[in-house]
Amino acid sequence: MVLPVKPTSGLANRSGAAARGVLAGLDPRKSGGRFRKRLLRAEPSFRILSKLWSVSWLYVLLICVLAGVGYVSLYSAGGGSARPFAGPQAMRFGFGLVLMITVAMMPPRFLVRIAVPLYIVAIGLLVAVLRMGHVGKGAERWIMLGGMQVQPSEYAKVALVLMLAAWFHRISYARMGNPLWLIPPTLMVLLPVGLVLKEPNLGTGVIIGGVGAAMFFAAGMRLWQIALLILPTPVLLKIAYAHLHDYQKARITTFMHPESDPLGAGYNIIQSKIALGSGGMWGQGYMRGTQGQLNFLPEKQTDFIFTMIAEEWGYVGGIAVIGLLLLLILGGMIMAIRSRNRFGRLLALGISVNFFLYCLVNLSMVMGAIPVGGVPLPLISYGGSAMLDVMLGFGLLMSVWVHRNSRFGEEREEQE
Amino acid sequence: MKLRRRKEPKRLMPIRDPKDPGSGVFTRRALLLMAAQTAALGVLGRRLYDLQIRDGDHFAKLADNNRISKRLLAPPRGLIVDRYGVAIAANKTNWRALLLPEETTDVQGTIDRFSTLVPLDERDRARVAREMRHKRKFVPVMLRDFLSWDDMARIELNSPGLPGVLIDVGTTRFYPYGSLLAHTVGYVAPPNEQDVAKSALLALPGMRMGRAGVEQSQDDLLRGESGSVQMEVNAVGRVMAELDRVEGTPGDQISLSLDVGLQQAVLGRIGDQVASAVVMDCRNGEVVAMVSNPSFDPSLFDSGVSRAQWAEWTSNERTPLINKAVAGVYPPGSTFKPAVAMAALSSGAISATDRFFCPGHFDMGGARFHCWAKYGHGSLDLHQALKFSCDVYFYEVAHRIGMEKIAESAHAFGLGTELGIELPHQREGLIPTPEWRRRHGHHWNGGDTVVSGIGQGFVQVTPLQLATYTSRIATGRAVEPHLVRAVNGSVGAKAEPTNWPALDMDPKFLDALRGGMFAVVNEPHGTAPKARLDIPGVQMAGKTGSAQVRRVSRALRESGHFNSASLPWEYRPHALFICFAPFDAPRYAVSVVIEHGNAGADAAAPLARDIMTDALTRDPVNHRIPPGQTVADAE
Repeated sequence: MVLPVKPTSGLANRSGAAARGVLAGLDPRKSGGRFRKRLLRAEPSFRILSKLWSVSWLYVLLICVLAGVGYVSLYSAGGGSARPFAGPQAMRFGFGLVLMITVAMMPPRFLVRIAVPLYIVAIGLLVAVLRMGHVGKGAERWIMLGGMQVQPSEYAKVALVLMLAAWFHRISYARMGNPLWLIPPTLMVLLPVGLVLKEPNLGTGVIIGGVGAAMFFAAGMRLWQIALLILPTPVLLKIAYAHLHDYQKARITTFMHPESDPLGAGYNIIQSKIALGSGGMWGQGYMRGTQGQLNFLPEKQTDFIFTMIAEEWGYVGGIAVIGLLLLLILGGMIMAIRSRNRFGRLLALGISVNFFLYCLVNLSMVMGAIPVGGVPLPLISYGGSAMLDVMLGFGLLMSVWVHRNSRFGEEREEQE
Repeated sequence: MKLRRRKEPKRLMPIRDPKDPGSGVFTRRALLLMAAQTAALGVLGRRLYDLQIRDGDHFAKLADNNRISKRLLAPPRGLIVDRYGVAIAANKTNWRALLLPEETTDVQGTIDRFSTLVPLDERDRARVAREMRHKRKFVPVMLRDFLSWDDMARIELNSPGLPGVLIDVGTTRFYPYGSLLAHTVGYVAPPNEQDVAKSALLALPGMRMGRAGVEQSQDDLLRGESGSVQMEVNAVGRVMAELDRVEGTPGDQISLSLDVGLQQAVLGRIGDQVASAVVMDCRNGEVVAMVSNPSFDPSLFDSGVSRAQWAEWTSNERTPLINKAVAGVYPPGSTFKPAVAMAALSSGAISATDRFFCPGHFDMGGARFHCWAKYGHGSLDLHQALKFSCDVYFYEVAHRIGMEKIAESAHAFGLGTELGIELPHQREGLIPTPEWRRRHGHHWNGGDTVVSGIGQGFVQVTPLQLATYTSRIATGRAVEPHLVRAVNGSVGAKAEPTNWPALDMDPKFLDALRGGMFAVVNEPHGTAPKARLDIPGVQMAGKTGSAQVRRVSRALRESGHFNSASLPWEYRPHALFICFAPFDAPRYAVSVVIEHGNAGADAAAPLARDIMTDALTRDPVNHRIPPGQTVADAE
């Protein structure tokens, strides 16, 4: 070694200084430091290759398998044709893969730096969707952005996870004991939750809130704080119910008694349960699920894709899909635990919990265990925004994995 | 340059970095979350098990209910044929034009173009518009039915300009003999809502229900059983595939005891008189001919009767819709006398040889009852009383035995009772009794009994009852009139004469009645010499009757100018005649009632004679089925 060039993992040595300026968006070094930093980085192409090498390709393969399940199901949902669902979805997935690998190359330092702008943009989009969003099924959920339909609520989840991870990383574990430090992140969660609920999208709102809560929990919130939060929950729920839209209340009512309105709001739940039940152990056979193919199953290509899979492939197929999803979730959680920096841990955990809640809400919904809300099954359901959002999340997760040994932010903790 | 590997020891998990105070807590809590996640998805897997395996059968059934739409197929209605197999109610194909709204972009334009080819009136258009509002776009709407060949040719020729217009074939009920058998066979009409509520089969398009006659009484047999077709439908109800088809069972074929040829002859003989006649096989009660004139065209009911036509029928004083043979009630007049005689003989109050003197009138309690013979018949026994139809004899007898005995005897002969014939809307008639009169809040006078003795007053019977009564006198068996001879070719037990029980009457007395009735026709000075048969070796026994519909006032009678033929039509007496033949081996009984026909002997007796002659000489071997009316053709 001729030059005293710091290798990849040498990031740790200066990360403490960098982290100080993270939230301020400033490089701690003198102006022009960015140039010098870039010069200091040696053999960038080699570094990229080594990073690519350290991507968990097994995990990527798992993602591809699930996306493949999605493709096959959408092919059936399209009546045995790649159009209109399967083909476009496969293209999106390809694009998503590239996005994921690209994001995986981004170092935590960079991610921390872009967390605030991304969050601000996300909130801006959520406001915009309320102002001029397009109404889909009684809820304002998407806006046109550069010729693309974008669901800001999907994107907001990733931005929030990134933001919270950055915040908790910044304040460190020690400060978690002080409730004052928890007020800003609480607001960070409540702001998008409120905006999404106003859309109104109950399912996504619950998921965002759940992700936030999980990250608070994992960041090391004290037990007494948790207890303090849980105690008034019933009262809050009651107030929240009072503010729900009538159609959301109707969903809860019909969930309790779906037979009361078999052709109206209860139709989806009843038809989904019927389709699931008629699948039996081995299913009715690929592309032979009568409920799905005869359109009794509503929105079979989006929210109810799992119902169609379980109808055509039976209990065996359904359990297999759930198993694959669980593998992805637990894999993400392990990646979180294996990360050596607080930001990475929290980011990976947030992404995994988000993915888990996505699956949980969707699966519970199609099995008639919770009221129906427009939550797709990640990776499998048809939909562009959700797919890109999920792949962006996996990109972040992979970035955490690739940079898991970065000790970034460590010195700061030592100083405290 | 070798890629420098990190120096940290390789550990899987959990990581607890002493330099990183939050890491231990994070690892613990992350593991907790993983456990919770695994548990949550495990619960979902368990729920999936419940839904798919435990309750799978239940949901699979629901799924089939969803998917499979079972539709009933209308069975063809059973045929009705006469005793020789001539079709008298059959099914005819009905060509209809249907419109499938989803196949045309311009529904109104298509209907307009259609109406230039086949006229649609306002009612049709309103109906089409209404049906289209209520049906889904892929359910066809009927534009016009009963299309002629010309209509269809025009539609086919212009089919490019009529997108969505289809021609479809249904069936409609067809009565080859029209009004000839309308009263007996009845007619069919679309079922109403109450009927549909009782039977899903009736809800099928094209199903008809018997509304009168045998069509109504045998509706259950004629209707048949529905077939079904199971179709796979999608969520909006469009048919995707036919899974299974079970053709319906056609309705049973009903063979009536009627003889269409005789029926035609009877109607031809009646002409335009308002009359009814019943020809009954007196051995077993089979009704061979039953005519009620005037009649109506039963096929009009299938497609709906117009308001004007209905008004015309219901306001007509000749009551074309009423089957006078079973629902027309008339005073039997002198035809009632044999029943009174039987009551008297059975009661033992008189014997056949007891003689009474007829001075031309009968006085009772200050009232005077006249005999039709102004100067009386002198002294006569039962045989002569029947032969001359002496009123005074029967006044006297009725007065002696009382009304209860007369009613008992009349009921035994089937008069004033409900008969078992397979026709709806039959009327019971009335044999009045003091008890009946009391029930209605009136006092029974002795005079009421007296006039009942000659079949006047409150006594009312139907022509079918008269025929039944005559059959019972002729054979001494309690035959019941019936029309259904066979179902699907198997002849019922009623056709066998010995299956009918004997009447509870002394055969000697029955012989006395038969002898009197024989004398009416065949002895000198009998009341109905015109009824004598012109067949060698065959004699007929009968009884005339002239039933007043208006009391003849004393002033009119004493004026000496009384002549019922000069009265307005509706005040003239009804002419009745009952008879059976051959006398020594009775085969047929005939009853004839001519409304306002004046004298039974002059109007009804010759008519009955001609009918009887026709019935007796009609040889089944020579019976010809009119061309084009065979069973096979009618189908």
